Amino acid sequence: MIASDTLSQTFAALADPTRRAILARLADGSASVKEIAAPFDMSGPAVSKHLRVLERAGLIARDKKAQWRPRRLKAAPLKDVAEWAEKYRKFWDASYSKLDDYLETMQRQETSDDAE
Amino acid sequence: MTPNDQATTKFSTPTDLTIVATRTFNAPRAVVFAAWSDPKHIPNWMLGPDGWTMPVCEVDLRVGGTWHFVWRRKDGTEMEMHGVYREITPPSRLVTTESWGGPWPETVNTVELREENGRTLMTHTMSFPSRDARDKAMGTGMESGMGTSMARLEAYLATLV
Repeated sequence: MIASDTLSQTFAALADPTRRAILARLADGSASVKEIAAPFDMSGPAVSKHLRVLERAGLIARDKKAQWRPRRLKAAPLKDVAEWAEKYRKFWDASYSKLDDYLETMQRQETSDDAE
Repeated sequence: MTPNDQATTKFSTPTDLTIVATRTFNAPRAVVFAAWSDPKHIPNWMLGPDGWTMPVCEVDLRVGGTWHFVWRRKDGTEMEMHGVYREITPPSRLVTTESWGGPWPETVNTVELREENGRTLMTHTMSFPSRDARDKAMGTGMESGMGTSMARLEAYLATLV
């Protein structure tokens, strides 16, 4: 079981479209801050702020060996989110199937109520 | 109509961390709305996988009112969920917040019902972590180009599952 604050932090980090775009970029491979910032019309400090949020959420890490400290994607939190979504999907899919059957029961009851 | 016509749920993950489920039910939407909102009906179907019952189903059906569900399995395992009603528009729309406790983030649940020839098309949208977070994200004006990025991120997520 993963800690609640970890998953919440991951979701909060993923809730921003710029940060999702940064992750999508890093899914292609490590990149420097300058490379990450290139497609965005925003200041260096603004990009750095997004990177800090992603780093705190454990979604990215710095490669300390290289001098230009490239950022790379860390997959584990994303996997937790994917698992969460899958469990959620299964719960509702099973419930909808039961709703199918139950709606029939409800309508049969309604019909018999009308007949009374 | 054969039973197979209705028995499929389509799931999609369009943008900004929403899961959208669509499904057609063979009943008028007033009946489907009642199934979603009346504590007399909810424990009969909102049960997830087989083996669970819902011994607690408390519903205060008004805007700002709370709801609280508890599920139980034979071995005694319990699961709990609670939230607040945000919008109640019978028979077409129901919006609630939803907290699962533990590791689950809070979601906002929107159920929209459209009737066609006595059948109901349901669109069930689950947004997380919160409407505020999503709206904030939507308001940053970075939508352009996000389609592609999201598709790539989703493809990547798919490889992790």
